[in-house]
Amino acid sequence: MKGGSSLNRLATSPLKIIERILLILVSLIFVFPFLWMMLTAFKTLPEVFRFPPTLLPEVWDFSNFLKAWESGPFLKYLLNSFIVAVGVLILQFLTAVPAAYAFARYRFPGRNLLFGITLIALMIPPQVIFLPIYVQMSGWGLVNTLWSLILPYGASAFGIFLLRQSFMQVPDEVIEAARLDQASEWKIIWKIMVPIAKPVLVTFGLFSFIYHWNDYFWPLIMTNSDTVRTLPIGISMLKASEGSQVWNVIMAGNMILVFPILIIFFFAQRHIIRAFIYQSK
Amino acid sequence: MWKEIALKRYPIRSKTGIPSQQLIEKFRPYLYVVPALAFFTLFFFYPIAYMVYLSFYDWSLLDLSAMKWVGLENFQALFTDNDFYQVLSNTFIFTVFTVALGMGIAFFLALWLNQRAKIYGVVQAAIFTPHIISLVSIAMLWMWLMDPQYGLLNAILEWFGLPAYSWLADTKSALASLVLVSVWKVVGYNTLVFIAGLQSIPKYLYEAAALDRSPAWKTLWKITIPMLSPTLFFLLIINTISSFQVFDTIYVMTQGGPVNSTNMLVFYIYEQGMDFYNGGIASAASVVLLLLVALLTLFHFLVLSRKVHYR
Repeated sequence: MKGGSSLNRLATSPLKIIERILLILVSLIFVFPFLWMMLTAFKTLPEVFRFPPTLLPEVWDFSNFLKAWESGPFLKYLLNSFIVAVGVLILQFLTAVPAAYAFARYRFPGRNLLFGITLIALMIPPQVIFLPIYVQMSGWGLVNTLWSLILPYGASAFGIFLLRQSFMQVPDEVIEAARLDQASEWKIIWKIMVPIAKPVLVTFGLFSFIYHWNDYFWPLIMTNSDTVRTLPIGISMLKASEGSQVWNVIMAGNMILVFPILIIFFFAQRHIIRAFIYQSK
Repeated sequence: MWKEIALKRYPIRSKTGIPSQQLIEKFRPYLYVVPALAFFTLFFFYPIAYMVYLSFYDWSLLDLSAMKWVGLENFQALFTDNDFYQVLSNTFIFTVFTVALGMGIAFFLALWLNQRAKIYGVVQAAIFTPHIISLVSIAMLWMWLMDPQYGLLNAILEWFGLPAYSWLADTKSALASLVLVSVWKVVGYNTLVFIAGLQSIPKYLYEAAALDRSPAWKTLWKITIPMLSPTLFFLLIINTISSFQVFDTIYVMTQGGPVNSTNMLVFYIYEQGMDFYNGGIASAASVVLLLLVALLTLFHFLVLSRKVHYR
């Protein structure tokens, strides 16, 4: 807003310097713990138990990562996490796209009621209804399978809501032109609407993937054997398998879970922030 | 607009002239919403009804075939159980402090960080980071930071010449420690939502206030806060609901202890249902939690639909 020269003058005023220091301090409060996680993961155990602690490891010990990785079938956990997060995403995509199209582009009796129902599903968290779903799943023999982690999240109210907004903004002419070309409705959805809504799909995809990659509660409830456990469960078991105070190995294990998300966040900050705060609009 | 689209569509669609084709057209929107609604029914609405049903029975996960109708006994047992009152009170205290601190700090951060220069964007991203990290990792990380003997937090306290704090080890400090972790995780999210709200306030209001030489506090009180009320309200509801369902940090960090001082609703339901095999008590407590969340949701929708937005 202001001219370049006045900005420069402001940047060197004492008040501005104090503000810069405060900005850095505030950032550190939220970022330094993750740095501490990383630094701890590289320390030897005797150094972990030193008080007051050292900032940088005296000897960089890379073996903690190997110890964490070998404390359980981590490749399997990683694979399961990936299958669940991607499986949920695909299913949510397949159910949300047609539903969002119908809500955005058709007028039919019951539309508002059905959309209202969708919005209710947005508000009630899964923690409230895990018990009956567990009983259901066990009745179907699906407890302790990956299905029990994927199916309950098969439709996303948030995804439908987001896509509907985006489909509503597509100009009528685009759809009219396609219909004149004898394109079927089904084709219009997947060949025209979906490509137009790509930014929103990316936004939703990031949200959904991160949510399910991080999710601890649901796999804790639904799984009890290593073949179907996901990464967050495997990580949380490190305390039992390695000893509750072997913080260097525990932190190294957590890095496996946290690092991919931090990398994605670093490169797609804007997308991710938009994805997570979208619900507020 | 809808009529136009519908009118334009049918002539094209009816080119085949087969009645069944028209029938398909009529049901097409329903066909499109059915898959999603099937999932909602199966994993959302049916479970809710089933949960209410289960709360009237004495049952356990050990043997699902042996269910016994007990009427309201589960609720009676729940509301005569002193532990449950402790759980409710813990949940309430935790929620009040998490929501008040999480929103209060975020509000001031948002007023401060809502600026264009690049450094503010970097700080915004920094404070948002905890929000996208798995709670299980955050819980373990903070256990390490709060370690009474070797933890970083006590090292910092000592560096300032302050006595070591007991954090999770003491009944007096455990709940406060969990509040700290939750606030730390949620502040970034709240701040960015506030900033989005601040940016949607029309600039001319501030220009008018500046012309009137309105003092800063008055502009804040008369323009910013009223214009931000939808955002404030949204965050209040969202934060309250998510505080009600806190579980991961309790499960990893305290297991509800020491002596029940951090036992809260979802953890209580989990313990009753999955560890103690009191299915009836667990479902009755779930119904209580559902009612609390449903009330908040209803309140949210009512206010939204009436648009009580000071506009």
